[in-house]
Amino acid sequence: MKAGQVKKILPKGRNMKQNAIMIKAQDNVATALRDLDAGRTYQFVAGKETLSVTMKESIAYGHKFAAVDISKGADIIKYGEIMGRATADISQGAHAHVQNIESLRGRGDLKKEGV
Amino acid sequence: MEFLGYERGDGGIGTRNYVGILSTVICGNEVADKIASQVLGATAFLHHQGCCQTPIDINRVNDVLIGLGKNPNLAAVLLVSLGCESTNIHLVADAIAATGKRVETILIQEEGGAAKSVARGILLAQSMVTDASGLKRAPFPLSELVLGLKCGSSDTTSGLSANPVVGILSDLIVEAGGTSILGEVTEFIGAEHLLAKHAKDEKTARKMLALVERMENRAIQMGFDIRGGQPTGGNIKGGLTTIEEKSLGAIAKAGNAPFQAVYEYGVKPDVKGLVVMDSPGREPEILTGLSAAGANVIAFTTGRGAPQGFPFVPVIKLTGNEKTWKNLIDHMDFNVSSVMEGTETLEEAGKRLLLELVDVASGKLTKAEISGYTSSMDIYMVGPVI
Repeated sequence: MKAGQVKKILPKGRNMKQNAIMIKAQDNVATALRDLDAGRTYQFVAGKETLSVTMKESIAYGHKFAAVDISKGADIIKYGEIMGRATADISQGAHAHVQNIESLRGRGDLKKEGV
Repeated sequence: MEFLGYERGDGGIGTRNYVGILSTVICGNEVADKIASQVLGATAFLHHQGCCQTPIDINRVNDVLIGLGKNPNLAAVLLVSLGCESTNIHLVADAIAATGKRVETILIQEEGGAAKSVARGILLAQSMVTDASGLKRAPFPLSELVLGLKCGSSDTTSGLSANPVVGILSDLIVEAGGTSILGEVTEFIGAEHLLAKHAKDEKTARKMLALVERMENRAIQMGFDIRGGQPTGGNIKGGLTTIEEKSLGAIAKAGNAPFQAVYEYGVKPDVKGLVVMDSPGREPEILTGLSAAGANVIAFTTGRGAPQGFPFVPVIKLTGNEKTWKNLIDHMDFNVSSVMEGTETLEEAGKRLLLELVDVASGKLTKAEISGYTSSMDIYMVGPVI
């Protein structure tokens, strides 16, 4: 067993007072740490870089937006891990949530259709 | 560091000193509730099981009642039965009495109805409370703490702040030689590969993965997308999109300690350290399961504001959501929005939470206890009502 595996996916405690947080550099979604306005450009730390993204729509505190353009069918990455799949193209700065992301797990609906 | 607890005859250490009025079946709830409501220091455990179920579930009801009765936070136990249910009250009574606790039973049908049962129950409970109230708290090491872990009404702040803070708390308890119980197997789905790396060994990892597969199949068999129920509507409003995302945040409660063993629902761990226990994520079932497994204190993270507590185990509510902390202050015990604000590290918040936990274990009341929001209880069942 290796200690630190779970912790490694978590952000450091400091430097969270930001507009948004992208937990891992390989993530393609970021989480709003305040209500973000449509049309405004916000900077936030993404790994070692600072990204600048213009919101396509208003993003509520705690909700996610696409940090980069995401194509339909692509994995959604948060915490450096796959958390779902895009069901539509999600352009940078657009709200990334249940309307354009599906879960890959617990999908009894797919079983019913014989998929 | 030490906490002040109540020593029980079987070696367990209570953080509370209640007389438990346990209903053995749904049909005994009214009487158990009335007895408890009339006696200061008594508290009722009510549920909806115990009859018209298959043996796997009836055995589980027996076992969970035994586990609850043995919980060190109870000084004595009064079992209330209708008299015709499938639960075996005598088996339950004998097993609890083996700890040295006083155990009494009331069978409503034999007693001559509810009024007589309530009257005798009140007198019995009064006498039990008189004895229990004479016990004094004494200092015990943190190794006597059995910490239950829970998150509820999560939002995206849960995975970023409150859950990792609880993970640090769990690590501190484990380092001190105590026990920490991780349940909510539904919320391993999508993150189990990370948790598996925390297993003591390969065999233990496989046991955990089997629980996850069983839980996921339970949901899949219903023929719907799990997203209808997990994440919940509130989770989705709070910004959580998929069960995978919820799980990736939820498993942070486990901290970094290796998990030593995997147990079925409500089973008391026979090892110290971090352990995994089967349970769904819903409050009544997991709070009951943790308590049956011997948890004497529970740390419960929330994003949107979950108020639930348990009748005889203190449940500490912490949130990283500043809005929730302010808006639901009558339900929140501990604020870690400092982590979201960047004014405190996860480690600092975790150490601060340990001090709060020691205070609560030593008698400081939680908001759930003060407000009486402590009725989140039921037994997790495998099969149907038949």
